[in-house]
Amino acid sequence: MFLRILKTTWAWIDSRLGISAVIVPMTTHRVPPDARWWYVFGSATLAAFLLQVVTGVLLAFSYVPSSGDAYAALQYLSHDAPFGRFLRGLHYFGASAMVLMVGVHALQVFLFGAYKFPRELNWITGVLLLGLTLGMGFTGQILRWDQTAVWSVVVGAEQAGRAPLAGEWIARLILGGGNIGGMTLSRFFALHVFVLPALIMGLVGAHLPLVLRNGISEPPKPGAPVDPTAYRQDYAALLEKTGRPFWPDAAWRDVVFAAGMVVVVVLCAFLLGPPELGNPPDPSIIHADPRPDWYLLWYFAVLALLPPATENVFIVFAPLAAGVALLVLPLLFPRGERHFSRRPWAVASVLTLLIMVGALWRAGGDSDWSPDFTAQPIPQKVVASTDPLVQHGAQLFFSKACIHCHAIEGNGGRRGPDLTDVSDRLTQEQITIRILNGATNMPAFGDILKPDEMKALTAFLESRRRYVTSGQQASGPTTPEGK
Amino acid sequence: MKLEKITRRRFLTGISFGLAAASAALVSVPVIGSILVPLFRRLPEVWRSVGHVDSFEVGKTVPVVFQNADPLPWAGVTANNAAWLRRVNETEFIAFAINCMHLGCPVTWLPDAELFMCPCHGGVYTKDGEVAAGPPPKALARHQVRVRNGEVEILTMSIPIA
Repeated sequence: MFLRILKTTWAWIDSRLGISAVIVPMTTHRVPPDARWWYVFGSATLAAFLLQVVTGVLLAFSYVPSSGDAYAALQYLSHDAPFGRFLRGLHYFGASAMVLMVGVHALQVFLFGAYKFPRELNWITGVLLLGLTLGMGFTGQILRWDQTAVWSVVVGAEQAGRAPLAGEWIARLILGGGNIGGMTLSRFFALHVFVLPALIMGLVGAHLPLVLRNGISEPPKPGAPVDPTAYRQDYAALLEKTGRPFWPDAAWRDVVFAAGMVVVVVLCAFLLGPPELGNPPDPSIIHADPRPDWYLLWYFAVLALLPPATENVFIVFAPLAAGVALLVLPLLFPRGERHFSRRPWAVASVLTLLIMVGALWRAGGDSDWSPDFTAQPIPQKVVASTDPLVQHGAQLFFSKACIHCHAIEGNGGRRGPDLTDVSDRLTQEQITIRILNGATNMPAFGDILKPDEMKALTAFLESRRRYVTSGQQASGPTTPEGK
Repeated sequence: MKLEKITRRRFLTGISFGLAAASAALVSVPVIGSILVPLFRRLPEVWRSVGHVDSFEVGKTVPVVFQNADPLPWAGVTANNAAWLRRVNETEFIAFAINCMHLGCPVTWLPDAELFMCPCHGGVYTKDGEVAAGPPPKALARHQVRVRNGEVEILTMSIPIA
């Protein structure tokens, strides 16, 4: 009796929604059988996005998008609200997972040549989604409205300001006026919560039907180039012969992988927690050390390491050129070999990209180019001299700010060369000339140091040699001159 | 032109597209206007007092805090701004914007070395704001300063875009 009611109810709903007629055939469409674990990253990206939507909506329940009040609301959310810290952690690690997954998905599709005919638009909508995901990352970091967020907006505006002609307008559009202020946070909130998610949902709404329409690409085989005139028939024949229903034959792997990803995100959120809030978003607090979250850290390194002469061109046109190159890729190469063993340039460009971004990541993490303002005076043990001149020189090394950029036995910054054993490398004249005249990245101290200070400082540096310094291991790592 | 081509169906198609376009155009006026008009507005500048003349020592460079030109009621601490102020002599003051001209980070004054240094990418400026080393393309921007009724006043300005 009960079962019959259930059955008729289901039949009533199904006849109206068309689940058996439309949805079921969609989920059981035939896919190539040997796709396996390489094909899980797209669905994992979608799963991460759904997680972001849910946690984002929950965060919005407590968030106050007001430049003056957001910080207090975030403090409450992070420290007092039930589950607040956990939620922030989920949203942060969910974002990390989404960036990671969308990146791996793009690399996999590229390496498998799956962007070629007839899936050009799958790739193009995917590239736009990749860009939007990074945009969500940047705007989301801004919504963590602390001092770092404020200076990130300024740095973003300054970068946009390098654009020719419209630069200053774009910068003002980003800031919401001439300075950080009441307008600033509201626009990042609107972007992060309405504009970008709407665009993402719209594009996902195009990306997924495209996957259904053009089919999941069959894993590439060497010596089987894509020929647009024959591809669709060949693909249909392949599915006819060996295809399996997507649900559940292939989909179970997507579910297993996505579930594993969610578990990792939950564990990270619970054990590590969200990034701590920094100082309040007060632009008059002068001591700031803004740096982006990990997914943009490599770009932070690019900005630091660019030769100044190329900066204007690079800051504006490099991201533009990279975006355009990705967008037109399938239009330029819609046919030909798909297997990576026949596409040496594709493999080389992926390796180059990974090595470059990896190296920049490391560099961004170390950020040697940032002066170390926390450096303390050189300890007596390291000075290791009773000569009053050397002692005075060691003090000057600290007070005249040498130490912010130069280290001696690990004391000091790493922007300039390590000076632990400088007089093994340079004569006294060379040291003196360098201090007086400076270099590209070092100010000239000729006008700053008095003659007796100069004498003391060079005496101190003169005493920095491998075997005469303190008893412990004296030679620190040296960096090349004039970096 | 063949008159018989304009059928009832063509007419309805045309009028539907036309009406949709017209209403979209109508709505786009406030949409585009609200985005663009503020960009063409002159940014306000006001004089802000940062302290009594006697509170500044000749030859010293110190940070001063003031409010931006037109803080919105909900701006809170984000309406604050800072500058580096040096009293050159009895009557003359110089005020530098705190923003590094490389990418806008706030520069720090190192009094003994008489240098401004940027924490982000290591730009260095002399005590007069000239570029001494590192990536900055130009000298630190300066605020106008005046003394009125014994108060040092700074003219607010926008973040200098390099």
